[in-house]
Amino acid sequence: MNYSFLSAVAGVAVAAGLGATAASAATLDDVKAKGFVQCGVSTGLAGFSAPDDAGDWKGIDVDLCRGVAAAIFEDASAVKYSPLSAKERFTALQSGEIDVLSRNTTWTMSRDTELGLNFAGVNYYDGQGFMVRKSLGVNSALQLSGASVCVQTGTTTELNLTDYFKANNMTYNPVVFEKLEEVNAAYDSNRCDVYTTDQSGLYAIRLGLSAPDEHVVLPEVISKEPLGPVVRQGDDQWFNIVKWVHFAMINAEELGVTSENVDEMMDSENPNIQRLLGKEGTFGEAVGLKNDWAYQVIKNVGNYGEVFEANVGESTPLGIARGLNALWTNGGLQYAPPIR
Amino acid sequence: MAHTDGVADGTEDSGRASLLYDPKARGLFFQAVLIIVVAYLVYSGISNAAGNLARAGIASGFGFFEERAGFEIGQTLIHYTNDSTYFRAFLVGLLNTLMVSALGILFATIIGFVVGLARLSRNYLIRKLATVYVETLRNIPLLLQLLFWYKAVLAVLPNPRETGLEQGTTVLWTLNNRGLYIPRLIPEAGASAILIAVVIAIALWVVIGMWASKRQMKTGQQFPTFLTGLGIFIVLPVLTFFLTGMPFDVEFSALQGFNMSGGTVIRPEFIALLLGLSLYTASFIAEIVRAGILAVAKGQTEAAYALGLSPNHTSRLVIIPQAMRVIIPPLTSQYLNLTKNSSLAVAIGYPDLVAVFGGTVLNQTGQAVEVITITMLVYLTISLLTSAFMNWFNARVALVER
Repeated sequence: MNYSFLSAVAGVAVAAGLGATAASAATLDDVKAKGFVQCGVSTGLAGFSAPDDAGDWKGIDVDLCRGVAAAIFEDASAVKYSPLSAKERFTALQSGEIDVLSRNTTWTMSRDTELGLNFAGVNYYDGQGFMVRKSLGVNSALQLSGASVCVQTGTTTELNLTDYFKANNMTYNPVVFEKLEEVNAAYDSNRCDVYTTDQSGLYAIRLGLSAPDEHVVLPEVISKEPLGPVVRQGDDQWFNIVKWVHFAMINAEELGVTSENVDEMMDSENPNIQRLLGKEGTFGEAVGLKNDWAYQVIKNVGNYGEVFEANVGESTPLGIARGLNALWTNGGLQYAPPIR
Repeated sequence: MAHTDGVADGTEDSGRASLLYDPKARGLFFQAVLIIVVAYLVYSGISNAAGNLARAGIASGFGFFEERAGFEIGQTLIHYTNDSTYFRAFLVGLLNTLMVSALGILFATIIGFVVGLARLSRNYLIRKLATVYVETLRNIPLLLQLLFWYKAVLAVLPNPRETGLEQGTTVLWTLNNRGLYIPRLIPEAGASAILIAVVIAIALWVVIGMWASKRQMKTGQQFPTFLTGLGIFIVLPVLTFFLTGMPFDVEFSALQGFNMSGGTVIRPEFIALLLGLSLYTASFIAEIVRAGILAVAKGQTEAAYALGLSPNHTSRLVIIPQAMRVIIPPLTSQYLNLTKNSSLAVAIGYPDLVAVFGGTVLNQTGQAVEVITITMLVYLTISLLTSAFMNWFNARVALVER
């Protein structure tokens, strides 16, 4: 009894001590030393981060990690993925288990300020919505009073849901699961009347249900859900790398540089393109990378528009329109500071 | 022999010259060193963790307990809304864990004893059925069983709108994939009299039992304590119920919109978890009970028969009391296992302590170290309390050697 207690205490102490070494040190040096980027992704959300038939991870969140890898290693495949539940994700990042969390994570003030994390931009502007069975005959979220609602634990969704029902004087019964697949299964087996999560997620999840045509996503968007990559606080260099990889992809789309034409664009006379592709200036060196970092990102992964179209756009089964995620020049919100 | 003598002589010669060779002093010294090392490890562990949290800019402390939770919980035993505090949410999760554990222990014990006895039955069919039960259930991982029960419970049940109920029409009970709906008793003024009646009935039962055993000691006459006690236990509260003018309002459930409303609901997550935990643990308890009974020597039974005790009395007064000595210690660890296994609830969406507190609260506050520490301490406390109670019970039933 005594001995097991003592050894347990010693174990806790050692574990706490080990945590110290993991979280410090420059992330870029660690990443270069081990030769790959450890990227936290979802456990499978089509279009954002999900393994395909061949077991390769695909999605716009995945492509951000691949972009970071391309900028560092000139090789977009130098990424290892850690599938994380909503509950596990922040701890995995805080403890140093992953280098960047790119997992449809909503940027909120408390997450930004209390968890020791930094959000490095917004790669998808989303909003929370509701999905129901068509047979319910519901066409507005305001008719949902009394419903059973399936929701994933540890998400902003869980709180927005409460706020929305409260604000509209409606009641509901939550059915809460930790893993996305469990929520999907519960909704599919009719345990709940309503499924709520980010609208992009609802479209992705609907594809995986046994009868996708029998479900409808309601028009109401009840929250702002800016989704973006997250890094640990206190390593500004790494924060800058992730942030600017994202910006480089948006700037590339704005300047018309694609993975197809990037080699021809090297000869462009446009000074904006020259700075982007590293022909002019030493922007890469300032963040510890080579000057052709953005060229590598675009060449290996593509610009933001290409990534969007390939993973969630109109030509994919998800068929999501650019909407808020169009460039600012097209009336959307995607806007990157200039490279100069 | 000669050698040991020599050593004894040597110590005698040097007397208490050196503290270094005093086994007691050495023992104390090493104890002190150990305590200092452990205290240092604990201190450095805690200060290291605190320092790292501060350096990483992660909020820490227990202030979050007072903040508004802002989320709903599917099953609450005490009043809880999204305006309640995180501490209230913690209590809700804890009570849900305690409820499923307590009921699980109760059912597992009953099923376990029945199956354990059935394995010793002289009836071939009963014996084999019990064996199949034990060998199947204890050899499949509990998590799979829980998932099976959850899917099985869910899959066979219809949607509330498909059960053929009319909107707004109340029903006595109904079972659908949202749960088992039964009427709810709402106590009115005077209802406490019934509670008092129950307490009085139990007290009477105890008094009669004491009187009867005293009388039996003196005169040898027996008294049907159990039947009398049960009679009082039933009649007295029922009588009070009618005398106080039936002080209960009954609320029935009815289909309202999507779902049933009103009444009491027992959710499928709870049913699945309780089924899984009870049936799984019962298979182990059955083996413990069987082992306990087999551990009583056959001579005991023969001796009891030789003294003219009936088979009923033989098992009640001779076999079971002796078997209990063997049964209770391993039974305790099964109870502890069941309580700890209840944390698998998180897989099937039952809002227990781990799901509510270690899941939602952890994520909304981000204070992993505090939340996980508290969760571990709670399970430790529950287990130690269960263990303490069972040790006390074990000491009571232990064979008194004269």
